[in-house]
Amino acid sequence: MNLLTVENLTVTLATGSGDAQAVRNLSFSVGHGEILGVAGESGSGKTMTALSMLGLLPYKGKASGSIKFDGREILTSTKREYRDIRGKEIAMIFQDPMTSLHPMLTVEVQLTEHLRHHRKVSKDAARNSALELLATVKIPEPAAALKAHPSQFSGGMRQRIAIAMALACEPKLLIADEPTTALDVTVQAGILKLLHQLRTDRNLSVMVITHDLGVLSSLTDRIMIMYAGSEVESGATSDLLQNPRHPYTKGLIAALPGNSEVNSKNLLSIDGMPPELGNFPSGCAFHTRCKFAKASCKETVPEVLNLSSDHRIFCPVNPFSELSNSGSK
Amino acid sequence: MKPVLGESKARKRPLSGTGFTPFIIRRLLTSILLVFGVTFISFSITQLVPGDPVAANLGQSAYSDPEIVAAFEKEFGLDQPVPVQYYKYVTNLLQGDLGVSLSSKRPVAEDLKEYFPATLEIALVAVFLALIVGLLLGIISAVTRDRLPDQLIRVFSLTGVSMPAFWTALTAFYIFFFVLGWAPGTGRLEPGGEPPPTVTGLFTIDALINGDFSTFKQAFSYLLLPAIVLAIYAVGVLTRFTRASMLEILGNDYVRAARAKGLPEFTVIRRHVLRPALLSIITVAGVAFSSLLAGSVLVENVFSWPGLGQYAYRAAVGLDLPGIMGVSMVVATVYITMNLIVDILYRIIDPQMKDSA
Repeated sequence: MNLLTVENLTVTLATGSGDAQAVRNLSFSVGHGEILGVAGESGSGKTMTALSMLGLLPYKGKASGSIKFDGREILTSTKREYRDIRGKEIAMIFQDPMTSLHPMLTVEVQLTEHLRHHRKVSKDAARNSALELLATVKIPEPAAALKAHPSQFSGGMRQRIAIAMALACEPKLLIADEPTTALDVTVQAGILKLLHQLRTDRNLSVMVITHDLGVLSSLTDRIMIMYAGSEVESGATSDLLQNPRHPYTKGLIAALPGNSEVNSKNLLSIDGMPPELGNFPSGCAFHTRCKFAKASCKETVPEVLNLSSDHRIFCPVNPFSELSNSGSK
Repeated sequence: MKPVLGESKARKRPLSGTGFTPFIIRRLLTSILLVFGVTFISFSITQLVPGDPVAANLGQSAYSDPEIVAAFEKEFGLDQPVPVQYYKYVTNLLQGDLGVSLSSKRPVAEDLKEYFPATLEIALVAVFLALIVGLLLGIISAVTRDRLPDQLIRVFSLTGVSMPAFWTALTAFYIFFFVLGWAPGTGRLEPGGEPPPTVTGLFTIDALINGDFSTFKQAFSYLLLPAIVLAIYAVGVLTRFTRASMLEILGNDYVRAARAKGLPEFTVIRRHVLRPALLSIITVAGVAFSSLLAGSVLVENVFSWPGLGQYAYRAAVGLDLPGIMGVSMVVATVYITMNLIVDILYRIIDPQMKDSA
């Protein structure tokens, strides 16, 4: 059984011009020890999906549908029940380690406060766990680091501390929201390697959210691509990246610089802009930018189309079906 | 990856330049310079004000007699050139001599010793009330954002900052003294009441030191209403400011990160939100306390409270230069002291803060 099964998740946010759906009818799952990548442009609902797992939607946000975690429904949890899940069962790390660590609290306080709250351990025991955690995420001089404030560390080191914080209560699922976006490229690789190793060592399930397909290719087992709050395609990483079948995914991958298909002459981009929250197009939201769109795409919300047991798209047109084995146009 | 950790060792206290003691010493020295700056500016301003202190302090017939005028000017040094007057004032000041008041004919230092503690007493009670009520309401308001408690508190705090002090004072006095009879009346003690032996000049404290509990109760009942009236404006300011800075901090990533750890909301608010919010709240509280002194002029008049406000009013009307100078010195010293206290509290709340003075 999967660790996390999400069905028909819909997230509604309050905006200046009324309620708007940021996530629409989203269904996906994460297995034990699996790394799922969630990719899409800004505003595609990735972060709202993650926050709804934790009951941390922004002010006046609402989620409906079903989120089953470790065999029980958690979407209907009370505030108190959610607090017992957060940090302890599901932990999250955020995009910018410069702002997600508290500037006025020592690393020790931030590493141990939730440990002491959830596990009711003594201060000394918590400190020992914190030392081990810092060693796990490869912070040099853990003892000195405990006494320090976040401002004394570089961005990469801070993200390692944030990961240590997330691991403190040994959660089953780690949600990483753009964990490397704010970091230098050389530092990114180290963080990705660390996440990979944690999965191997601890059988940790990880959900990585990013707009960077390059990050996903080296890290994830499976990928889900989102557009305007909905899934457009999902599948095993290698399958999806080498043989994308949804026009949007195809466009994303073709637009990657350095992709073998691409040279300077035909550097591809997807025409148009991603839709704004509250202004998602009808039918298939991508039809306004899709070269293969038919009249019906504007009317009907696409149904799931299973291409194999582990590769599906939400596109009735399926324009690349006859090319599926060649991998290129 | 910078080995930034090494720097934490070099930064270790206490005798390096950013340590606590050197910081205090530096700030004290700056403060003394500031006080002298204030004497210069207020002295210059009192000289620039049109009006003749001699005319203001002598009667009509005395003023028309050149001999009396000359004697008066000689006695108070007004016949000297202005720079000489200032030089004398400062040299006397260094010996603790603030000059003699033109209106009360007593040394200004003695006047201040009598009047300032009266104001300090209501101001301290007022700022204490304002801090407790203002912080509490501001926190409740921020946490219940846009819900009923928040809306009620916002109306209340807006009313608080919008009502002029003299109007609140008159209304409160009318309702609680005249209509309800709860408040005892004007002054610091009942008519003919014997003040406790002076130690601090604060009647409540002196009564306690003397073990005189009934005088304490009496003095406290007399100061409560003016203190509350004085506090209302500061409560409004502090509530609004606390709410605003709490909401600002609540929007930070690190608060979301703290919530993502599953901490109880109370811990999130107290440890992750209130602490950084306090930094800016303290600044406002310091300014609020200092401005209570200014507000006291009107409130003291309504309650016939024999404090600095009343003294300042009389000195200003009488063009009593030494009196005006004395009051400005006291107010400046309070402002400077409050700033120093605020800076020290900053460092206690956030030990990482470097010396910016």
